[in-house]
Amino acid sequence: MSQPGSAYSLEKREEKPERHTMSVLVDNEPGVLARVIGLFSGRGYNIDSLTVSETEHEAHLSRITVVTSGPPMVIEQIKAQLERLVPVHSVTDLTVLGNPVERELALVKVAGKGDKRVEALRLAEAFRAQVIDASIEHFTFEITGRLSKIEQFIALMQPLGLVEVSRTGLAAISRGAERM
Amino acid sequence: MSRTMTGAEMVLQVLADQGVEHIFGYPGGAVLPIYDELFKQDRLKHILVRHEQGAVHAAEGYARSTGKVGCVLVTSGPGATNAVTGLTDALMDSIPIVCITGQVPTHLIGNDAFQECDTVGITRPCTKHNYLVKDVNALSRVLHEAFYVARTGRPGPVVVDIPKDIQFAKGEYTGLTNSQHKSYNPQTEGDERAIAAAVELMANAKRPLFYTGGGIINSGPLASERLREFVRETGFPITSTLMGLGAYPASDKQWLGMLGMHGTFEANNAMHDCDVMICIGARFDDRITGRVDAFSPESKKIHVDIDRSSINKNVKVDVPIVGDCARVLEQMIAAWRAKKPKIDKPALKSWWAEIERWRARNCLHYRKRDDVIMPQYAIERLYALTRGYDTYITTEVGQHQMWAAQLFKFEEPNRWMTSGGLGTMGYGLPAAVGVQVAHPDSLVIDIAGEASVLMTMQEMSTAAQYDLPIKIFILNNEYMGMVRQWQELLHGGRYSHSYTAALPDFVKLAEAYQGVGIRAEKPSELDDAIREMIAIKRPVIFDCRVDKHANCFPMIPSGEAHNHMLMGDDLTEEDLEKAITEEGKVMV
Repeated sequence: MSQPGSAYSLEKREEKPERHTMSVLVDNEPGVLARVIGLFSGRGYNIDSLTVSETEHEAHLSRITVVTSGPPMVIEQIKAQLERLVPVHSVTDLTVLGNPVERELALVKVAGKGDKRVEALRLAEAFRAQVIDASIEHFTFEITGRLSKIEQFIALMQPLGLVEVSRTGLAAISRGAERM
Repeated sequence: MSRTMTGAEMVLQVLADQGVEHIFGYPGGAVLPIYDELFKQDRLKHILVRHEQGAVHAAEGYARSTGKVGCVLVTSGPGATNAVTGLTDALMDSIPIVCITGQVPTHLIGNDAFQECDTVGITRPCTKHNYLVKDVNALSRVLHEAFYVARTGRPGPVVVDIPKDIQFAKGEYTGLTNSQHKSYNPQTEGDERAIAAAVELMANAKRPLFYTGGGIINSGPLASERLREFVRETGFPITSTLMGLGAYPASDKQWLGMLGMHGTFEANNAMHDCDVMICIGARFDDRITGRVDAFSPESKKIHVDIDRSSINKNVKVDVPIVGDCARVLEQMIAAWRAKKPKIDKPALKSWWAEIERWRARNCLHYRKRDDVIMPQYAIERLYALTRGYDTYITTEVGQHQMWAAQLFKFEEPNRWMTSGGLGTMGYGLPAAVGVQVAHPDSLVIDIAGEASVLMTMQEMSTAAQYDLPIKIFILNNEYMGMVRQWQELLHGGRYSHSYTAALPDFVKLAEAYQGVGIRAEKPSELDDAIREMIAIKRPVIFDCRVDKHANCFPMIPSGEAHNHMLMGDDLTEEDLEKAITEEGKVMV
């Protein structure tokens, strides 16, 4: 006889996790970010990336861009739960809208001498990374691009003397002329 | 119209503008200016509780029995943290509450001041919304908004934290406005296409079932009326969750009783076997679904809920409808009538025949005894003897709560106050206080367990102070009965700390609280004792000594499907030991 399942076994069912980028328009007021983050931690949702900044000063609106992953039912829940928060104006699942424009900025510090230093600079040029600080011992690059490009650049810098990285997290916007 | 006044005056003005008549609270340093304003007036009645948790539960009972927003006023620090259990309870059961908390003055916030706590931080996950007001000119707008947020959409608790200096400061008062909230606008109207799809499913159903919940009660009396109309017009069977009891009259022949873990055999089997499920204002909670992957496998599911996030959370549904129950029911009835559906009458007839066979199993049967009061018998007698009265029932949490849900028959909404989602032991007594404040001439009974009721027993003192003749009907078995039942099912009958060896004498305790104590130990004396209790116009603690080992059945063991119920009358010890699988044991 097969063992009965339990409510807790639901997650084990084969629903492939998906990665979604959501854009959340919120009132820029104290505590709103804590509400969003608390929602994710309290309900066990993933945050892969999160950025927030006021985008409309007169209306005091901030845009939170959050990259999350989970099975489709959980993604639907995340959107519904975010919409339920009182200071949230709108939640747009950019991934559902299709192929959003996504960019991240990273500052990458690399220290080294000789060939490695030359190689790092050459790769930076290939990736269109800017040198924004330098000494005879190091470079700090500024690189902008999609997630995969930044990941790749950091991986390449690893053997060339990567010291540290600071990343902004993803900013994203839908394609086309419409507002979200 | 704007007027200049202090923050504390604004609080009273908002409460007046909102039509608030009663507020439950407890004073302290950080709310003294507001208490001073309370002192200067006699329109608003303040009920002084004995613990802030009791204030919130009382406000919940008040709200649930009237449909109004319940109001609470507590101080900073421990006042706020004590309220947290009540706030969480109200959030889980969607009860509209506005809780005003005092806070240390703004310049001390963050300094670990005396009686300071991060109230908005602590209450953020246990409220629908909360506010810290740092500008007196925003105070009245925020308070009015708090009422709006608490009572609209899916109702819930809202906290407004007011630093003491803001209570003293003078500012402009903004009265009630009709302007729309900039971001919070709950959808009440159901989508017409979804409603058409739902009606289509219903029209072609062979084994339909209504499954309703607390959302019907929250929506207001109109939702219950519409539900009754629709259910009778369709001829479909109906069951409800714990929170939805009373929305549909329990005496009606289409009523199958409560469903879920301790629901009836007929309701749960109907859930399992139905082909169209019409869920209105319920949320597929784990007490309802049991094993999710075996939940009602054959049915198309319609789900009406005002909270979009309740839809497709636990169970994937076929026709989601976001909207207010009363409005959506109205739309569904209109669509149903316009369609003039040809119901498959033979199919419906054989579905009812099947249900009658389940019903004939008489799942709530128990063995009556002459020497000892069976707890089920006590509830049956309490129900029978209070039928002629204007009765409101509250409960604590545990076996007694389930027996009350199974055996007390509710004919009207707003008559049944219980802690469903959070399962808060100690809810019933303060809730009864709140209900009695709202309905001073009604018969308000807290069906209690002796363990639960001791958690908030101090509110007897509140009942005495305000001459609230609440009746605490304790099914006293000296055990935390539901804990013991689970220890029997899961842990080989090792009753770890579920027996209370030093209980108070409840009769003397009642007297100490200036109430009346009554004890019944034999079935033969029960009726007279209950009649005596009803006749007393003072708070009563009724110590009903019941069978110490009775368990609550039927029961869907955790990790099982609806059609695998444990029935009480034919269980052997061996059955009990095997009832819950290893996998089921990890569930609560």
